Amino acid sequence: MTTDVNRRVLPGFSLSLGYTLLYMSLLVAIPLGAGFLKASHLSFSEFWAAVASERALAAYRLTVGASLASAVINVVVGVLVAWVLVRYQFPLKGLLDSLVDLPFALPTAVAGLVYSDLFVEQGWYGRFLVPLGIQGAYSRLGIVLVLVFIGFPFVVRTLQPVLEGLDKDVEEAAACLGANRLQTALRVIFPSILPAVITGFALAFARSLGEYGSVVFVSGNMPFRTEIAPVLVVARLEEFAYTEATAIAVVLLTISFVTLFLINLLERWSKRHHG
Amino acid sequence: MAEPRAVTHLRAHDDPPAVKAALILAAVAVMAFFVVVPLVNVFVQAFAGGVGVYWRNLVADADTLHSIKLTLIVAPIAVGSNLVFGIAAAWAIARFHFPGRTLLTALIDLPFTVSPVVVGLFLLLLFGLQGTFGPWLRAHDLKIVFALPGLVLATAFVTFPVVARELIPLMEAIGAEEEVAAVSLGARGWQVFRLITLPNIKWGLLYGVILCNARAMGEFGAVYVVSGHIAGKTDTMPLRVEKLFQEYNLPGAFALASVLAMLALVTLFAKTALEWKTRRDLAEAERLRSNTSTPPARS
Repeated sequence: MTTDVNRRVLPGFSLSLGYTLLYMSLLVAIPLGAGFLKASHLSFSEFWAAVASERALAAYRLTVGASLASAVINVVVGVLVAWVLVRYQFPLKGLLDSLVDLPFALPTAVAGLVYSDLFVEQGWYGRFLVPLGIQGAYSRLGIVLVLVFIGFPFVVRTLQPVLEGLDKDVEEAAACLGANRLQTALRVIFPSILPAVITGFALAFARSLGEYGSVVFVSGNMPFRTEIAPVLVVARLEEFAYTEATAIAVVLLTISFVTLFLINLLERWSKRHHG
Repeated sequence: MAEPRAVTHLRAHDDPPAVKAALILAAVAVMAFFVVVPLVNVFVQAFAGGVGVYWRNLVADADTLHSIKLTLIVAPIAVGSNLVFGIAAAWAIARFHFPGRTLLTALIDLPFTVSPVVVGLFLLLLFGLQGTFGPWLRAHDLKIVFALPGLVLATAFVTFPVVARELIPLMEAIGAEEEVAAVSLGARGWQVFRLITLPNIKWGLLYGVILCNARAMGEFGAVYVVSGHIAGKTDTMPLRVEKLFQEYNLPGAFALASVLAMLALVTLFAKTALEWKTRRDLAEAERLRSNTSTPPARS
């Protein structure tokens, strides 16, 4: 076994693992543990009152709904962009490929600032959209659009290597057997990229759930209408309602953990089937 | 319909030219709408009043200037500690197998799924006045939240996986053969790392640091909660952008935002350049490993 050889031969196993665990417990485990501990001190009725208030329920619905909508849009847009970047040659392709990562590198506050400015009445998009009755700024639509930006790289980047690894002979075989291009796309290509698409979808969704920096600029943050759950957490904090803030945070965390767990299951499943 | 002659020229896995053109156009339009136009808009708005106004918006406002300085203090500390962690984690995970390895790898991704706001809140619960350590901190006249240490902690939490996630797959791809060989030739731990591992991973490491830095400088949600928004004291650059936006000082907000956007562009450029180098190094290592008798052709 190479693994045992490594541990006997290579130095630094206990040092590196020990430091990793120490750092992660100090930086991550203790704050997370403290949060859950604080939440566990709440009585059930207190917790329930905070978690299930009308305003909180509206915030969860909007958070999950907007995240789902943006992730679905990202799947469509991401499959398109990944396909074009992998399969076709065209001028400035390299630049476009690099720009896919911009949402990872651009601070969310900048994204929020620009998106809110683009969709106001005098903005570059707003001057065309507002006369048509489409309100992109301070609306739910604005939240979805900025979340599309935030999650944009996930589907493209999970899909690209899979598309590059696709065996073109299989497509050729399908064509030889009489399938037209659309049939090939639906019956041959789509099933083999499906796991990557689902992973990308889940990653974009998970990222959108917790997003705060960009949304706070574009949404207008009106309770019941355009207030997402992380904004509600901050609103409660600013009222010094720590208990309620913690309770809502625990709900958010639980949704995130479940999503992360599902992503890992999914990756294991797709590795078994395509690895 | 399509002429048979044209069809025979098409490989079976190629799309018809019309479909191809339409798809390229659609992809470019989508990218333009969501990414390129917003990026251009930042700079156009920032420079709308001319270069002089832009410069004044950045340097004449003491609070804006302070936010830049604060970010330049917070980010390097957070990135430095995450760098050490990233190397340790990558060494442990990519070089050894141990029980719980998969779980540990999954846990490293945790901050990507935890809402930054929640991170900030939990730090408040620990170190705030009414927090677990609040009374003790106050008794010893120490401040963590609403002060520099809180900003660093929040930033480090949110960005801690970045370097590790760059390094783990890279070190797995490189493999341990060279390091094992070095040890068998008598190299000691630190020598192995400095002479073998570090040169192998340097480009990936550098990109990890650059990306981590971009994330650290741009972090908003977690820092927003722990900073207390004291202008000229605990406002980092993104927080200052938000405050200027709230004060309807859009030129000021965009000027500062354009600095952050430039940082993002530098990061993207570094990514493109360094990935290209990493790929080349990996390909060369592969070629050396396959040990062909003919020397690799170099142009």
